[in-house]
Amino acid sequence: MGSALDIHRLHFAFTVTFHYLFPQLTMGLALLIVILKSMALRSGDEHYNRSARFWAKIFGINFALGVVTGIPMEFQFGTNWAEFSKTAGGVIGQTLAMEGIFSFFLESSFLGLFLYGEKRLGRVGHWVSSLLVFIGSWLSGYLIVATDAWMQHPTGYRILPNGEIGLASFWGLLLNPWALAQYAHNMLGAVQTGCFVMAAVGSFYLLTKRNLIYARSFVRVGVVVGVIAAVLQLTPTGDIQGKMVAQHQPVTLAAMEGLFQSQDGAPLAILGQPDIQKRQLDNPLQVPSMLSFLTYRKWSAHVRGLDSFPENEWPDTIELLYYSYHVMVGLGTIFIAVMGLSVILLWRKKLFEARWMLWLLMLSAPLPYIANTAGWMTAELGRQPWLIYGMMRTAHGFSPRVAAGNAWFTLLGFMGMYTVLAMLWLFLIYREIEHGPEPEENLGAPSPAPLTAD
Amino acid sequence: METLWFCLVAVMVAMYVLLDGFDLGAGAIHFFVAKTNEERRQVIATIGPVWDGNEVWLLAAGGVLYFAFPLLYASGFSGFYLPLMMVLWLLILRGSSIEFRNHIQSPVWIPFWDFLFSASSLLLAVFFGAALGNVVRGVPLDESSYFFEPLWTNFRLGDHTGILDWYTVLVGVTALVVLMMHGALWVQLKTGGAVRERSARLAGWAWWGVLVLTGLLTMVTFRVQPQVVANFKTWPAGYVLPALAIAGLAGVQFELRRPSERNAFLASCAYLLGMLTSVVFGVYPMVLPARNPLFSLTVTNAKAGAYGLKIGLIWWVIGMILATGYFIYVYRTFAGKVATDTDASAD
Repeated sequence: MGSALDIHRLHFAFTVTFHYLFPQLTMGLALLIVILKSMALRSGDEHYNRSARFWAKIFGINFALGVVTGIPMEFQFGTNWAEFSKTAGGVIGQTLAMEGIFSFFLESSFLGLFLYGEKRLGRVGHWVSSLLVFIGSWLSGYLIVATDAWMQHPTGYRILPNGEIGLASFWGLLLNPWALAQYAHNMLGAVQTGCFVMAAVGSFYLLTKRNLIYARSFVRVGVVVGVIAAVLQLTPTGDIQGKMVAQHQPVTLAAMEGLFQSQDGAPLAILGQPDIQKRQLDNPLQVPSMLSFLTYRKWSAHVRGLDSFPENEWPDTIELLYYSYHVMVGLGTIFIAVMGLSVILLWRKKLFEARWMLWLLMLSAPLPYIANTAGWMTAELGRQPWLIYGMMRTAHGFSPRVAAGNAWFTLLGFMGMYTVLAMLWLFLIYREIEHGPEPEENLGAPSPAPLTAD
Repeated sequence: METLWFCLVAVMVAMYVLLDGFDLGAGAIHFFVAKTNEERRQVIATIGPVWDGNEVWLLAAGGVLYFAFPLLYASGFSGFYLPLMMVLWLLILRGSSIEFRNHIQSPVWIPFWDFLFSASSLLLAVFFGAALGNVVRGVPLDESSYFFEPLWTNFRLGDHTGILDWYTVLVGVTALVVLMMHGALWVQLKTGGAVRERSARLAGWAWWGVLVLTGLLTMVTFRVQPQVVANFKTWPAGYVLPALAIAGLAGVQFELRRPSERNAFLASCAYLLGMLTSVVFGVYPMVLPARNPLFSLTVTNAKAGAYGLKIGLIWWVIGMILATGYFIYVYRTFAGKVATDTDASAD
């Protein structure tokens, strides 16, 4: 720790990890707000509109933080990773530029209309604007995932005479199979963040006995959408991702699973601490042959362990990679249980009285953030020691002229600034939750407003 | 093809300056034209629904620069490491202040964000100007196509330049005054009452500053970057660009007297467009001039592969048509003066 390479890595890791706290809620809520607006449009029930308006305020604060912490991400490719940008800019610049042109313009234009223009747009127009914000934010998610997927599993490129990497197939880049799988998996994670937050706010209101009509809707929408997302997260999307890693990054799979020795009928480690020196998993709790089955659908299949790869191809932080992966999978499993149980209770009409479950839902709100972060850490640590898998090592990608001292300076600056932003976010979001949706008076009766603009 | 992309990036940067320019300018004059909380709320409301979209032009231009001229992106961004990071910090502060200001009605909360908003806008205008100055003056590139500039050295135009020297500071100050005028014309267009009057007066004063600084800067630039003179000599048709700037500047004064708020703002746009295109025209075919002309980055040595540039053109055109559509729609929806108590003010 202390070389220029380490600081540049930490710089990107810190800023991107912090940044992604916001878009995951933005993308998740964007979907849920469209759902609320659609319900309002269909049923004419005004409380869905007011619910959407309440969530739009939280969305707005969150979106603003996503924007201001997102701008540094694009810049950092050039500032901190110049060699990488010079070599691969002709390819990944495409997806990054398309993000700006196709999704940010859409998103920013219609978010302004969505937040400030409800009166001018009318009901249908306002619904359309929420839909366009949703499309913009999800498109942005795709283009970023496609950029990352290209680094994980490069497609659609060719090496130019000057040694740089050029684009060879536009659709090859955009429809990278890795991107499709990773996108589905990633977006379900974002939806779960949205669902858990919405259900947590609803539970908070139910437990504190206020805004009850809204609270029930929040919990209902949160857990119904949440259980679907939680299941799809594990299978098929998680499963497909795992198989892709096994096929294209076998050494990463071995490190994620803490599998040091190649073997037939490899066990799945549930718990245990990897000891790299001794090449073993301490205190292991394992399910025999399970890893072979999950990876190849055959109990006796041969799985390659770390010992079958040269050490210089091992990911360089195996321990952290191992834990990230296990935290992600562990939490994912818990989410299925929590959401599944809530939905069963909801179905039997007991959820709103089951205080223990509401407590559980309320306290679970931070967990999807941890799971999403751990998931991204699994992907990015698993890619090491490569910056572009199999083509360019991370050690060869950073800016040669930016000294460690300068990178430290800006890293510390970001840390300070982001600490303040995090506190502001908590403070402002809590205020909005405390303030709550518009009062429940006049609810129950169908909206008096006619379908045309008011 | 690379020349075309050079022009397209220039167009996008120009769009960014025209659009985010007025909201940066509005920030820079915030304290001068708005005295009470209500007036300051009005100024923010003029840019509230659009500033974020305006800023997207910066990101989009950056993205296009990235894939069309990867070497320029790598070299320029890592070389301007420190000032770019500071620009990022200022953008973060500024975005936060616009979004958070109206959330709490408190005599400590609001002035705090007002101050940050205005200070960050002001500094950003100077920084962007200084950045442009650096590009025109040239940077200490060597045979590796990389460089690293400290924030300042001895403020002279030697071989070891810093980000700030007398020339780039001059460009920075000019940019500030220009954007103050531009912002004042915008605020004038979008507000009524005392704020409108103060903005009109401020634009009038700033106009004289712009006139003097433009003249001075033009003379100095011809000496600092000889390529500019050479290009105008080779292609005299290029004179139409500075002519546009001059016409725009004259137009601002004329329309301020008439007075037509809308035309004055448009004239200011024409001035900015003329100035920027003149600069871009002046440094072509370089994209980043070096202090030692041998090592300059040009459209040819910094461009990406041919296929990427070709395919990029297709989606760029589609994307721009869509984006222009959104912008026209949004600006029309929020057309007219901002009212003091509409839903245009958040929360």
